[in-house]
Amino acid sequence: MISRGERLGNYAVLALFAVIAVYPVLLILQTALSNDQIGGGGSFHWENFADAWDQGQFGSYLRTSVVVAVLVVGLSTLLSILAGYAFGTMRFRGSEVIFYLILLGIMVPAEALVIALYFDLRELGLTNTLVAIVAPQVAQSTAFGTFWMRAYFRGSSREVVEAARIDGAGHWATLWRILVPMGRPALTTMIVLVFMWTWNEFLIPLIMATDESLRTAPLGLAFFQGQYTSGTALLAAGATLVALPVVVLYLFLQRHFIRGMVEGAVK
Amino acid sequence: MQMISRGPGEPRRVAYLYILPAALVFGLFILVPLFRTAQFSLYEWDGLGASTWAGFSNYRDVFTEPQLRGAFVHALVLIVFYAVVPVLLGLLLAATMSRAVVRGLGFFRIVLFLPQVIPMVVVAIAWRQIYEPEGPLNDLLRAVGLDSLARPWLGDFTWALPSVGIVGTWVGTGLCLVLFLAGMSRIPRELYEAARLDGAGPLREFRAITLPSLRGELAVALTLTVIAALKTFDLVYVMTSGGPGTETTVPSYQVYNNAFLLGRVGTATALAIVLTLVVFAATVLINRVGERGQR
Repeated sequence: MISRGERLGNYAVLALFAVIAVYPVLLILQTALSNDQIGGGGSFHWENFADAWDQGQFGSYLRTSVVVAVLVVGLSTLLSILAGYAFGTMRFRGSEVIFYLILLGIMVPAEALVIALYFDLRELGLTNTLVAIVAPQVAQSTAFGTFWMRAYFRGSSREVVEAARIDGAGHWATLWRILVPMGRPALTTMIVLVFMWTWNEFLIPLIMATDESLRTAPLGLAFFQGQYTSGTALLAAGATLVALPVVVLYLFLQRHFIRGMVEGAVK
Repeated sequence: MQMISRGPGEPRRVAYLYILPAALVFGLFILVPLFRTAQFSLYEWDGLGASTWAGFSNYRDVFTEPQLRGAFVHALVLIVFYAVVPVLLGLLLAATMSRAVVRGLGFFRIVLFLPQVIPMVVVAIAWRQIYEPEGPLNDLLRAVGLDSLARPWLGDFTWALPSVGIVGTWVGTGLCLVLFLAGMSRIPRELYEAARLDGAGPLREFRAITLPSLRGELAVALTLTVIAALKTFDLVYVMTSGGPGTETTVPSYQVYNNAFLLGRVGTATALAIVLTLVVFAATVLINRVGERGQR
């Protein structure tokens, strides 16, 4: 058995790393609540968040991010369910080749897509639109989602599918009435991951959106920090607002985040 | 025969209808752009005027121009900070804890994994503040009497790249630790007890039991962290813009820089293709090594 000293040592090491992990987060929070102006009273300055929302235009950036996230998550989830169902439960010519192509597509870094895509979309007059920001992310997330849902459908019980068929359910009804409701955990994990990737995405909106009204939250934050010196309360308040949705979701669904990133390590 | 084969399901034409929407989006926004990137990389083009055929000269530039080659060297340095250090730290910690049942692991897991979910731009802003000339890091150094070490970290030619790298270490270490602790909890405790009865010291215990059992986790940890290092962009864009000089440029940053600031679209796309190949190679290599160990 291990000694008491060793056990205490273990906790001390874990605690040290935990402190290092949260320190930058707490620093931002503390700065966000601090007093920028000379002569303001009180200790917690919640009004910084309101200022960031209005003056810093973070309200507008966050709205764009919400729209982009809803579109990317919604569309890629739908497409992934459909494609994953076919790859996971049906046999058809070319399925292997197409699937490996998609796997390869998961690994392609955005850098190798967005430059050519930008110039081609500019030709079509489509840069600076939601389509240009959303579509490449839908494609990337669908590649991952197809891989993810295929694994779920493959693992789903054959007996259940057979039973549904005997009851007279077609492939469409089997998918939506039985397999999708049964696959809630796998679906939740996928949705959570895609949401996080979309919310945190930086390069694609940076290249595709030059209009200020199309700036997503991380992009708006990056431009904002270019104008203000670091360490100011307004910047930190903006940073807090940008991180908040993902962090809150993480606190509620942390198992899905961790499981997804570990099992989905192909991305 | 068909009953035995484990291939999924029965033959169905309708499968093509199910994959059609995904295939369409995938083709239009991944395959076509990837092909076009490869095509662009063979031309010289400033993004506006006419383009001229350049053959493989853009690729030659990637390997010979000091600034572009330098970006890959910096990426290698970042791999040490993003991947090697976190994996070693994670292994070391996991090994020292192999003998203990840690209570409250759930709480530590939430906290240690947190850096993985925060947007990189926010991470960059937090760390910029830490590295400020009058920021917390320099305050700490001065407080313990190491005034001579205090410096404007991100403006220092020697220290800027390691300073960016440390942020990668911060992001990756928790991930590795969480992964390895989970892996270790699956190792039967009897193995360790048997080893100890055989008189194995901590080092042999680690090499004979812990390390082989963690192969799968090691492959996952390395894949995630090495690729994160190779694709670093947000952090450099926000923290240093590649500076001072070109001390912290990375491949992704040079792709962006060449395409949109320097008007060298051919060079940028050639660089992007090389980066893609490096990412492929790294992924395959890491997973090969991981699989070999599992046999």
